[in-house]
Parts: sequence; structure tokens; C-alpha cells
Amino acid sequence: MAILSPSKPAHARGEPERPPRRVGLSQRLGRLDVKVSPYLYISPFFLLFAVVGLFPLVYTAIVSLYDWNLLGGQGDFVGMDNYVAVLQQPLFWKSVGNTFSIFLFSSVPQVIMAIAIAAILDQNLRAATFWRMGVLVPFVVAPVAISMIFGRLYADQYGFINELLGLVGVDPVAWHGDRLASHFAISTMVNYRWTGYNTLIFLAAMQAVPRELYEAAVIDGAGRIRQFFSVTVPQIRATVIFVVITSTVGGMQIFDEVRMYDSQGLGGPNRDWMTTVVYLYDVAWGNQKSFGRAAAVAWLLFIIIVIVGMANFIMTQRIATGGARGPKVSRRHTKALLAEARAASNRSGAPTPSAPPGANAGPPPGSPPPPPSIPPTQPSNGSSNQTPGEDVR
Amino acid sequence: MLSSTRPRRSRRVAAATAGIASLALLLGACSGDTEEPGTTDGDDGEMTDEEITLTVATFNNFGYTDELLAQYSEEHPNVTIEHVTAAESGDARTNLTTKLAAGGEGLADIEAIEVDWLPELMQYPDLFADLPTIDGRWVDWKVQQATTPDGKLIGYGTDIGPEAICYRSDLLEAAGLPSEREEVAEWIGGDDATWDTYFAAGKEYVDETGNAWFDSAQATFQGMVNQLDAAYEDPATGEPKDLASNTEVKGLYDQVLAAAAEDELSAGLEQWGDDWAAGFQNDAFATMLCPAWMTGPIEQNAGNVEGWDIADVFPGGGGNWGGSFLTVPASGANTEAATELADWLTSPEVQTQAFEEAGTFPSQIEAQESEAVQTFTNDFMSGAPAGEIFSTRAQAIDGAPFKGANYFAIHAEVQNAINRVDLNGEDPETSWETAVTDAANVIQ
Repeated sequence: MAILSPSKPAHARGEPERPPRRVGLSQRLGRLDVKVSPYLYISPFFLLFAVVGLFPLVYTAIVSLYDWNLLGGQGDFVGMDNYVAVLQQPLFWKSVGNTFSIFLFSSVPQVIMAIAIAAILDQNLRAATFWRMGVLVPFVVAPVAISMIFGRLYADQYGFINELLGLVGVDPVAWHGDRLASHFAISTMVNYRWTGYNTLIFLAAMQAVPRELYEAAVIDGAGRIRQFFSVTVPQIRATVIFVVITSTVGGMQIFDEVRMYDSQGLGGPNRDWMTTVVYLYDVAWGNQKSFGRAAAVAWLLFIIIVIVGMANFIMTQRIATGGARGPKVSRRHTKALLAEARAASNRSGAPTPSAPPGANAGPPPGSPPPPPSIPPTQPSNGSSNQTPGEDVR
Repeated sequence: MLSSTRPRRSRRVAAATAGIASLALLLGACSGDTEEPGTTDGDDGEMTDEEITLTVATFNNFGYTDELLAQYSEEHPNVTIEHVTAAESGDARTNLTTKLAAGGEGLADIEAIEVDWLPELMQYPDLFADLPTIDGRWVDWKVQQATTPDGKLIGYGTDIGPEAICYRSDLLEAAGLPSEREEVAEWIGGDDATWDTYFAAGKEYVDETGNAWFDSAQATFQGMVNQLDAAYEDPATGEPKDLASNTEVKGLYDQVLAAAAEDELSAGLEQWGDDWAAGFQNDAFATMLCPAWMTGPIEQNAGNVEGWDIADVFPGGGGNWGGSFLTVPASGANTEAATELADWLTSPEVQTQAFEEAGTFPSQIEAQESEAVQTFTNDFMSGAPAGEIFSTRAQAIDGAPFKGANYFAIHAEVQNAINRVDLNGEDPETSWETAVTDAANVIQ
């Protein structure tokens, strides 16, 4: 195998060393290609992001420091006045409260339901594709259409749900009068739309779980439930984190559903279901027409989302790792394992572990080639001295 | 948005249609360029015979049909007119304000605006072309509304909303009460009708049937507040009055809520909401305030319900609710040609045709007196002589109330206060206190 390797030209041996040639243009380009190209390839996204993401973000920050009217345009520099004004408006805090309430009503059941449905879909069902596509149908329906349908369902006096409740003798619920009831109703719209989508993401992750693990679990006598909690959930941990973070960000920005929930779209006479994004919209385009304050709201919301997102990340990570017996892999441990592997490959290549680096004796024929990711010329002495089997944990 | 008092054919449909409309606009804009070979540029403001395209942006239904616009193109062969329609006034307002904020890019050559959001635009008259005055075309107060303090006219009036009372003759008849047009008008108070006589008639009906008299306290309040000369602001300075000590508004507030909540005259439906729309089919209420354009939404929501009629009466004399203007944004490329078109579109002849088409009652004196308007009857409203009735109602209007920059911000809070009581059964005093606090927060 070593003979086949073209990397070491034969003529180099025994001949007088030539003076190093100047590195050719193509070679230099080649090196540049290796170093720069990957960044070039991902740059379109970041360029686009800079234009449509970063710039608005920064510009919003600038706007938030000015007295800026929707029609009048830029006014005087007012510093942090907009932030102070917003923080002093009770409506801002009410909207934050509403946002969190609707977020909890939607995201928590949504993720739980999505995992449960995905687990069911992961079983051997007949016409699996039909069922799997079925859960995605609500996602395809436009949010405005969903809101129209749910608006009819949740109408206070002539709504379908209240009629149904009446049939079983339950008093009608004031879907537009009671704060919690309205949050619940809006959450159902959000859940209706997003549960199927998240289900498919979970399902994809579940399908990637090696089936041997389940077989092993079955042999160990684990039931379905135990398999789900001890194999499935730990295995799809990364996906859970992903879904929780995205649904957090989405849940903090609920707009369409609220906007369509009643005829005015501003959260009802008491602003009982006005979310922060709707509040932002009202400040900018409603009667205040203040872009400055709206920009301040946008930044406050951004900060809130970052904080909640981080908190969620930490929490999910804890939950997902704490219960499971999955190995918690520290970087130190990974390093040690890698070193071990290198040492092993070196040992098999050269009998002395302390073989000087750069000794270009190829592995003797018959021995396995070194793994490509670990060039044999690189091991540091410290790690190559490691005794086999030592566990650095 | 809150204050928008135009038919709001269900905001959901509106939003959906607006999306499609804007897409159509985009496509239209693209095709417009390619379909006109030989067009020099079309962007010069010169009044020459070169080919130009004028865009007219309206909302709801202004009655400007393709055939009508084709008439203008026939007289002016160099002008192509594109008509863009937003489904409801709120969408048009958002579109207009956003584009004005962006420096006028993408605005139509003629933008229709509603009287409700006129005051906020009047603060920035430079954004609109100063239109030449046309004496004697409109009722005086309509021109006044669109004239800035220093005499600049920013909009030509299209329609107005003289108010009458629309009622269900079948429900009144079943209750053994007057149900003929003239009888009902007399019963409610005739020429001397006041809000008290209207509510008293309502009490009779409610006592008789147990059903509600009017649809919504907030909608009724809208009609009452429009009769105040200066509801929330001082006309001399434009400064907002203190809501806490505004006895005039508080008086109306107490009056309407006493009728709505204590006497149970109100059906407690949020105007333009789903329940409200369903209420038409469920005989939820017997009467409602009825500006001329309201006959459209009634017909839409109450399809197949027979018995709707119009009584030539309105509590407290006359009242105007709504109405629109055509403006020419100053940033447009063809402002002069656009002004000419706006002039034509608001001429009595054209507005008469628009009335026949869409029921928008003309603000032009000549059009109001025209044969076509005077003899117009509305088949859905039991064949009521709508043209004649609304003409009489229009004559009862003595002027337009003062509405300054803060009018709608404050009005929205009072409307919310009324809805809290009417829809959610909150205590009127507590609700009023909340409105006072909230109003202080939104005043600019």
C-alpha cells in the first residue's frame, strides 16, 4: 500500500538535494484555495446576513436613540430617552407578560406533543408517508387562513367551541374577555401550525438513532416507555435543543395570530393579548407613530429573546443529559481519546513509541495505514508516551 | 388603525387580499413598462402629449370601475390609468404612511385617504401637492377638512357619510312596534330626535322582546362623539384637552353605557368582529347607526335576511361618519397630470356614477342634487329611497368637528373603555379611569 502512495517521489532518494524551488503561482493559489475557499463558499450567507440582518440591527439601534416620527422622519438625538419612555409604559410590561404567557402555553405543549407524535410515527405504521405528510398539512396553511378559521371557532357569542361547550352544559368561555382564555386560544393557533413541523424534525432525528440500541434495550428487558426515555430522548438531545431554541425565538415573536384574533388586531380593549411584537407595531404604525420608541422596543425584545434563549439552552442541555446515561464528553476526554488512538497507530507503525517525528519510514506492508485525520508526523511526545488502556476521565 | 371607522370587511380577508393586491401591483408595474413600446420615459413632469401612466390607489370600493377610468383615457389618449385597490382602509393607511416614511418611493400618483387619518397627514402638508381650489363643488365643511391652517388644500373630496338609522322592520313588526319607514322615524323622534329618544324607543323594544336594540355601544358612541365640535382637543391651539376633566365626552360616555349596560340595549358585539358579522344572521339587534356606506356591509353580512330598511332620522340632528379624499403625493413624477385626473375623478358627474356603482354618497353639491342620486333606491334595504334619505341627512350636517393630531390616539382609548364595559362587563368608572391613564401615555 505504501508503494502505491505517490506522495514521496522516488527520485528524491540518493540524489543531491536541489535548492528549494520558488513556490509556483499555481501552488500558492492552491494553498490559498485550501485556506480561503471554505470562507468564500460560506460568505454569500454572511454577506446577505450583513445586508438584511446586521445592518437593520445596527440601524435600529441608531434609530432608537433619536426622536423619529413615522412621517416626520429623523428628529433630535435623545439618547436613552426612548428606552426610558418604553420601560415606563405599563403597556410594554403587560405585553411582555402576555408574550411569556402565550409562549408558555404554546411552546411547552408543542414540543412535548411533537416528540410524542414523532415517537408514534417512528413505529412501523402502514402508509407511513401518508401519516408523516399529514402532520405537516397545517404548516402549509397560511397563518391568516388559520386565524380566520380559529376566529370563527373562538367567537364569544356565536363561536363553534362555545356552542359545543353549551351542548355538554358548560358555560361559554369569554375567549375575548378573559385574559388566560385568550392566551389559550391564540396558543392553539400557534400549536396547530407548528406542532407538525417540529414533529417532522424530531422524526428525522429519531430515524437516525441506530436500531441496535433498541435491540440491545429490548434484550435488556426495557419496555417501550423505558426505551423512549433511555434511548430515544438522549439520542435526539441536539435536536431537542434546536427545536426548543427555534420555538422560543418564534414564540417570543408571535404576531399574525394576535393581529387576526379580533377586528382591531391590537390585543383587545384591555390589551389582554397584545404581544410585544404587536405592541412594537402599534408604537410605530399606530397612534404614537414613533419609530424611535418602536426601535427601542425592538432592541429590548432582542435582549429578552437572547436571555430566554440562553436560559432555555442551558436548561435543555441539563435536562437532556441529566436523566440519560449518555456519556458526557468533555473536551479533555476527547483529546485524550484522540491521543490514545494516535499512540496506538504509532505503535503499530513503529515499535518504539518515541520514534522521532518526521521519521518517514512508511508503515511496513500489511500494517493498517494511519487514519488520515491524524498525520503520523504530528504527535507530541507527551501524548505518545501514554500507556495503553489508561483512562483519563 | 383603531380609529378606522370604515367597513372592515373582516380584516383577515383584507390582509390576504392586500398581499395579493401588492403582488398584482408589482406584476402590473413590471408589465406596464414592457407593454408600451415607444414610450419615451414617462417620468417627466411636463404636461405634454407624451405617454404617461398614472396610478390611482384606493381602498374598499370607491366605485371607480374600469369602464369609468376608460372614459378618461379616451379623452386623454396619452394617459394610461392603473387602479390599485386595497381591501380596507387600514391597509391603505399602512401602505401610504410606510411609503411616505421611505421618502415617497413607490407611492401611487393619486392616493385615496380617509377622513380618519387625514389629521395625521395634515401635519406634513409638504408631502402632498397643493391642489388648486375649485369653488362651489363640495359642501363647505368637506373642503375645510382638507385645508391646512395656512390655506393649502391637500385633497379633493370624494364621498361623505351622512348618517341615518338602519333597522329591521320585521323584528319591529313582530314586537308590535312601528315598522314603516315614516312611523319609525317619528317614533324615534322625528326632526327633534335626540339620543334620549332613540334610547327610549330602544327600551320599549327591549322590554317587549328581550333582544338588543343596537349592535355595539362603541359604534353608537362613534355617532355621538362625531356631533361634538371639538371632542378631545382645543381647536384654537390643537392641544389635547385633559381627558379626566372632559365633561362633554364623559357625559356621552355615561349616557351610552347607561343605555347599553343598565338598560341592556346593546348586543355587546365588537363592531367588524366575527360575532358582529354573525349577529346579522342571528337577529342579534334591531337597529344600528347607518352612514351611507354602511348599507354595503349590512348587505354583505345580512345576505338572505329580509327586512332591513332605512329610517330618515338621526338622533341629535345630523352626523357624518367617514368619507374620503384623493390626494396627490408631492413626490410623484406626474403631479400635474395627476391633479387633473383627481379633479376629474371628484367631479360631480363621475362621483354620481361612483355612487350608483358603490353607494358612496357624493360630497359634491351638484351630484347630491342630481336626478340619479335623488331617485336612487336600495333594493336590499326593502327598496328604501336611499338617495333621497341620505341627501336629507346630509343637509342636516352643520359642519365637520375639529380633529387634531391626537384625536384618534385619545379616541381609541375611550373606545377601548367602552368596549371593556360593553363586551366584558367591566365597571364603567374603573374602565374610564384606565382610559384616562392610557390616554396620557399615548399623547404625543
